[in-house]
Amino acid sequence: MPSYVDPEKCDGCKGGDKTACMYICPNDLMVLNVETMKAYNQEPDACWECYSCVKICPQGSVFVRGYDDFVPMGGQVHPMRSSDSIMWTVKFRNGNMKRFKFPIRTTAEGAANAYVGEKGGNLDDEFLLLESELPTP
Amino acid sequence: MALPNKPKGELLAVVDPEIVEMDVDALIIGGGMAACGTAFEIKKWAPEDLKILLVDKASLERSGAVAQGLSAINTYVGENPIKDYVKMVRNDLMGVIREDLVYDCGRHVDESVKLFEEWGLPVWKKDADGENIDGAKPAQTLREGGTPVRTGKWQIMINGESYKCIVAEPAATALGADNILERVFIVKMLLDKNKPNQIAGAAGFSVRENKVYVIKCKTAVVACGGAVNIFRPRSTGEGKGRAWYPVWNAGSTYTLAAQVGATLTMMENRFTPSRFKDGYGPVGAWFLLFKAKVSNGLGEFYAGGDAAQEELNKFMPYGASPVTPTCLRNHLMLNELKAGRGPIYMATDVALNAFLEDRKAAGMDEKSLKKFWKHLESEAWEDFLDMSVGQAGLWAGMNVEPEKIGSEIMPTEPYMLGSHSGCCGIWCSGPDEDWVPDIANDSRAHKYKWGYNRMTTVDGLFTAGDGVGASGHKFSSGSHAEGRIVAKQMVKYCRDVDFTPELQQTAQEIADEIYAPVRRYHEFVGASTAEDVNPNYCKPAGLMMRLMKATDEYGGGVATYYMTSGKLLQICMDLLEMLREDSEKMAAGDLHELLRCWENYHRIWCVESHIRHILFREESRYPGFYYRSDFPTCDDDNWKCFVNSTFDVESKEWKCEKVEMVNIIETEPWL
Repeated sequence: MPSYVDPEKCDGCKGGDKTACMYICPNDLMVLNVETMKAYNQEPDACWECYSCVKICPQGSVFVRGYDDFVPMGGQVHPMRSSDSIMWTVKFRNGNMKRFKFPIRTTAEGAANAYVGEKGGNLDDEFLLLESELPTP
Repeated sequence: MALPNKPKGELLAVVDPEIVEMDVDALIIGGGMAACGTAFEIKKWAPEDLKILLVDKASLERSGAVAQGLSAINTYVGENPIKDYVKMVRNDLMGVIREDLVYDCGRHVDESVKLFEEWGLPVWKKDADGENIDGAKPAQTLREGGTPVRTGKWQIMINGESYKCIVAEPAATALGADNILERVFIVKMLLDKNKPNQIAGAAGFSVRENKVYVIKCKTAVVACGGAVNIFRPRSTGEGKGRAWYPVWNAGSTYTLAAQVGATLTMMENRFTPSRFKDGYGPVGAWFLLFKAKVSNGLGEFYAGGDAAQEELNKFMPYGASPVTPTCLRNHLMLNELKAGRGPIYMATDVALNAFLEDRKAAGMDEKSLKKFWKHLESEAWEDFLDMSVGQAGLWAGMNVEPEKIGSEIMPTEPYMLGSHSGCCGIWCSGPDEDWVPDIANDSRAHKYKWGYNRMTTVDGLFTAGDGVGASGHKFSSGSHAEGRIVAKQMVKYCRDVDFTPELQQTAQEIADEIYAPVRRYHEFVGASTAEDVNPNYCKPAGLMMRLMKATDEYGGGVATYYMTSGKLLQICMDLLEMLREDSEKMAAGDLHELLRCWENYHRIWCVESHIRHILFREESRYPGFYYRSDFPTCDDDNWKCFVNSTFDVESKEWKCEKVEMVNIIETEPWL
């Protein structure tokens, strides 16, 4: 189910410090054509449909259409992701629709405690940070 | 010469890249769950002046197997005895595992899960009435004693769309942005010039700029996942991207380590998951949470029948478990398919409606029933939307609503991995503890511990997650925990050793090797009017298809229902040898293609090890994952042992050997 870019919506992230889809794609698929200032998926048959590009696009310009070698046309799954939840719209080939909303995070972005400055104890035992007992067989 | 051919990509590769040389103490290669575990933990132990660098070929926020999200954490020990976890793993993996490593993972894993929840991962809980509530609702945390929603004995449900983002954030904060290099693909490890069998660095290139990185280090962890697109997938068009495991995992972990002489273990093991056909959506929640059953084409629930029991009795003690080992579940399914009793269907409709009927029978009112049904439907869809959106897309395209109709199940193409229900990987030291077997042998390839937990047989080289062999069922949480274990050991290693890394090759020699496909491209591109068809070079896309055809047809892929033999394997080895020779003729016109070239090098090495191990192990240890027609049984008398292999960096020869398997957890009772 490769991702594709709606040229009407894509602005090449020209106002941002990076091209969002290109920044995020785990498989190096999304690229920016600097002449047209539009992004595209350069290798659709290597797309895992992880939706990382769809979720991150600030313009909502990236969509997914089903793999052409096994998915009948007409359906679509599209998310709207906010800082604490994601809303999915599932459109079936026959026109039926379903919507689902799920939480994605219970803390504010950037608030995860990295325990900066905390130090472990003895380098020569097997305890990791925060561990106080370690069973043995 | 004005030819129509030109490089396809946006980021063209030049013949002479800039060379960036760096010098660090500890190098973290990878960006998935394991690498994030190391990144989070390492500063907790490192002295202030220890220089640490993480190098990821993607971006940390969405790299690795959890990039898309997950709907469950498959390893949370919780209230269970750790020894039961070890027993489950050893039975699922047909008796041959490193129990020390599995036990060690089991005693560290829960702390990782508690951290995930603290960082913001929503973990489903049971409310006071025993009903499931999603992870954003107020409830006690795991650390406070909250009750997670168990599906099986070891799994807990999460709202995991942002699982990876949440885990990556504190990892990045802990290390600091200056110590993270994204979009740099490490393609080879480098040994020290003076100290034998000592890691001294790594080299790779940027997929964004024409830059080669040569990085010296005293210690490194390689955690780059398993291997995908090593066997021909069932979908060979656009859908080949819809691999079950992440399509960007190219076997780099195993190859990087093997090439510098690290001993590999159980590379004959593979994972061939049975998943919803084509979309490869997860079945775990359907089996465990929704109690769905599978039927054959005759409508028979074959797995519960007498014939299935009789078949399982051939594989004792493994077949006796109430939870049939994953490979044997496949084996039963394949028997149906081969007998023409397909297709295999999961009765999702029956399962969901059974819940509804239960509630009705218990007297639930209409309004509550409606609400319950909505929640159940939502749970079912979230399973896909969290971790395999493509399956939801396939259902949408096919007009499949799982509450109304079942869906077909199919075993996929084979994958290589060490963290899921598979256990190929690198032979590592266990923890430096009395209860880890002390094997009297001079060779590390036979020992269970040599001072540094999860260190490979190469000094200073560590691995975690999919990299650590003979210890499957870590999944996301166990991989993170293993990364944390490694972090402390790397610091300890830096404290203990006193040497200054010096490389065997110059940075320019390394850059020449890494950019060879670009040079070849520019040298020969004019010899044809079509850029992909040239007598002097091959493109990575074609070479990958050639690799997958060879393994599929001769190495026991889907083409033969996973059946192979000594004779077929030997043909496969011969084809792979020529493939490896020709891999030196790959050409890249742009940086993306250069990435694909090097991924292919890694794939070839990795799958060659796989075939070599299957050839060496003269039995069929994992029926349902692969079969040898010449040795069709699981032969505990002769093969209840590890198979380890080591590449000699001097002679360039491989050595395969049997290695003793020692149980540290009671074998009576087996389960």
